[in-house]
Amino acid sequence: MLTVIRKELWPGVSLTAVHTDKFKSSMMSVNLLAPLREETAAENALIPYVLRRGTAKHLDMQQLSAALDELYGGEIEPAVRKEGETQAVGFWASVLDDAYTPDGSVILEPAARLMGELLLEPYTEAGAFCPDYTAGEKENLLDRIRGIVNEKQQYSIRRLSEEMCPDEDFRVGKYGSEARVEAITPQSLWARYQALLAGARVELYYCGSAPAQRVEAAFREAFAGLPRGERGPLPACQVRPHAGQPRLVEETMEVTQGKLALGFRTGGVNLTSPDYPALAVFNALYGGTTSSRLFLHVREKLSLCYFASSMLLKIKGVLMVSSGIEFDKFRQARDEILAQLEACRTGAFEDWELDAARSWLVSSAQKTLDSQGLLEDYWLVRNLAGVSVTPEEFARQIQAVTRQDVVRAANLVELDTTYFLKGVEQ
Amino acid sequence: MKRLTYSKLGETVFRSELDNGLTVFVDRKPGFGKSYAFFATNYGGNDTRFRLDGVWQETPAGVAHFLEHKMFDTKDGNALQELAANGASPNAFTSSAITGYYFECTQHFEDNLRILLSFVSVPWFTKQSVDKEQGIIGQEIRMIEDNPSWRVYVNLMTALYHHHPIRTNVAGTVESISHITEDTLYRCHKAFYSPDNMVLCVAGDVDPERVVRLAEEVLPRERGAEIRRDYGPEEPETVCRDRMEERMEVSAPQFLFGVKLPAAQQGEQFLRRRLLGELTCAAWLGSSSPLYARLYREGKINDGFSYGYEACPGCAFLCAGGESRDPEEVCRALVEEASRLGREGIDPALWQRLKRAAYGSMVRQLNSFQNLCVEQAEGFFRGYDYLTFPELFESIREEDARQLLLRAAEDGASALSVIRPKGGEA
Repeated sequence: MLTVIRKELWPGVSLTAVHTDKFKSSMMSVNLLAPLREETAAENALIPYVLRRGTAKHLDMQQLSAALDELYGGEIEPAVRKEGETQAVGFWASVLDDAYTPDGSVILEPAARLMGELLLEPYTEAGAFCPDYTAGEKENLLDRIRGIVNEKQQYSIRRLSEEMCPDEDFRVGKYGSEARVEAITPQSLWARYQALLAGARVELYYCGSAPAQRVEAAFREAFAGLPRGERGPLPACQVRPHAGQPRLVEETMEVTQGKLALGFRTGGVNLTSPDYPALAVFNALYGGTTSSRLFLHVREKLSLCYFASSMLLKIKGVLMVSSGIEFDKFRQARDEILAQLEACRTGAFEDWELDAARSWLVSSAQKTLDSQGLLEDYWLVRNLAGVSVTPEEFARQIQAVTRQDVVRAANLVELDTTYFLKGVEQ
Repeated sequence: MKRLTYSKLGETVFRSELDNGLTVFVDRKPGFGKSYAFFATNYGGNDTRFRLDGVWQETPAGVAHFLEHKMFDTKDGNALQELAANGASPNAFTSSAITGYYFECTQHFEDNLRILLSFVSVPWFTKQSVDKEQGIIGQEIRMIEDNPSWRVYVNLMTALYHHHPIRTNVAGTVESISHITEDTLYRCHKAFYSPDNMVLCVAGDVDPERVVRLAEEVLPRERGAEIRRDYGPEEPETVCRDRMEERMEVSAPQFLFGVKLPAAQQGEQFLRRRLLGELTCAAWLGSSSPLYARLYREGKINDGFSYGYEACPGCAFLCAGGESRDPEEVCRALVEEASRLGREGIDPALWQRLKRAAYGSMVRQLNSFQNLCVEQAEGFFRGYDYLTFPELFESIREEDARQLLLRAAEDGASALSVIRPKGGEA
């Protein structure tokens, strides 16, 4: 059995505690939620990395590693995520569950304490972040931003987001921009850190064998140093129901395989809408699974590509299709991707496809309950969107989605921007 | 059927050998909604030259992987779709030494298991379907060729090894796979897919008796002929070349440093060597080591730096790499530190701590059904029981780690593979 308890520890600081004894580890996280903005994204993203370099008690990474080794090889790592137009920054931790320590030692309390120490008691010099740590992590963050180009599929999706949403906060990457990173000083970062600690909503998370009361006590102690005060609500994510004039953006790079990415608006439907389950089933049927239309038609029947799939950006109300193709197959692949959408709009799909899409989603929801990582992400996304649907409830909603619902959802989807990354002409 | 209890790990495994030679492992996982089945053959990208029915066979590079793709075809359609339509997530992979087919599901487990066992044991190839697959795999190979982390790895293998087939890409090349016909596939299937060359590993809240009965019902009754494999002439102790360089569209130099080790023998020794390899790396260049702390502080490596020990029949090596502005400098520092530690020894407190940490991490990784089943299968093929690692840990000695480090510092034992950005001076 798995029980979920949600509790506000202090105003704007909430704990989600999942109790289960089926895992060998405990998973924890702390996330500060900030609006995703060009001006603050880079600093917000840098903060957990600089914090992870050292604390007032564990001065450098070697000392932190030693402390984690003592906790049976626990991991506490920076987490920077973008969900819709919210940036979530903090730490996630995975440690051996108390039930499996050979010497019977407890890990939950010391691990929570170390996570609190990382967030709240940084190593400082002259009343701000240490210049060495700041400079080093700035370089690493720049490498991370520049490194997006190394993985071409991910890069094409990033570029599509920028081209499709030039005047929406969504265009901002989770790490911010290179220029903003370069401008950061230990003092400016310190000021941003203080502002986040004082004003950002905080989400705490635990999943493991400890009962909720013990978890609450451990987290209250570990995060007692959080400033008390007003933690305002997050601004709503901008969801544009309709696409503008469809645009094509082409780029050239020395690659051997082309990457095609198409962005669609979903008629204003997102995770918070009653129509979301129907949209999710449509996405699974269209391109979300290996029995979807994109997989079967674009890949299997026409051999146009190695992969073709669609995904929902569930808070933003955007659907993206991504595919790897030969350069000269651009038109053919794009036309086929759109033809498959048209087939969904007219209801030209078979019942088994609908069944497969529903059972895949139901199965995914059930699998979420069996994975600590998926579960943590599931609750973070729901908590920040203000949705309290459990995976079990979501599975029931999916079962109720009909053919008409799917057709209706497909008709909400409008093509916005097409991005194509191709090779240099020989 | 044998019931094996691993009390420290909280695992109970049922093991059975069928009359046809197939070994079945079922790991009971009460409380989980998902089940996982992994059906694997002791046959991978390295096994291109083998003797069947008294005749030596030379097969093109990439056959094992090609076969993996084509196995999903059945007389009535495609097993991938059948499984997906049942709500299961099926997939497969081919490594240097094994090919594994698996699915994860939350419903219809027995039905899905029947499909898995059936499509893997009953080949169905046609000229038309083989021709079509050349296109799909050709795209996959191109996609891999654009992936710098894959390229840096393949290049390292060609540097470390003179003859061993690990030098070639598991997927082959567009050229090599063009020589594959349905006849090649039938021959390889006959050679390597007999029950006594395979293993079935299941994890989930399932009935072990029923799994065994189903396997008896679906699989062929006959054992296969004995297979002899040829990995070429014996490998010299020294590397083939000590540098490999290539330029690609990457943001910063990517590197992988490797140390060639004597091949590991079958049996418990295989696992012991791996634990020793991993622990030695942790002490030498892991995140708790003095060297890692220094290189990270100096900005020579970042948090993408990782390491590992890898072994398959006929070869074993250590490797470490990531992104660096100056791979040569990192390489020099690694060799110097190996030599220093080899002479002076590893700090005993650090060594004890690392054992504790490695143990905890390995236990945590058992959360993943896939990891558990793949480890069990590899252990079975190499003649050891993976879940005995808690006992083996105690016997790993610091003196052995020092020997390994001295080996790493020897002339001709290591190689460096680097991918540099195009156009830049870096």
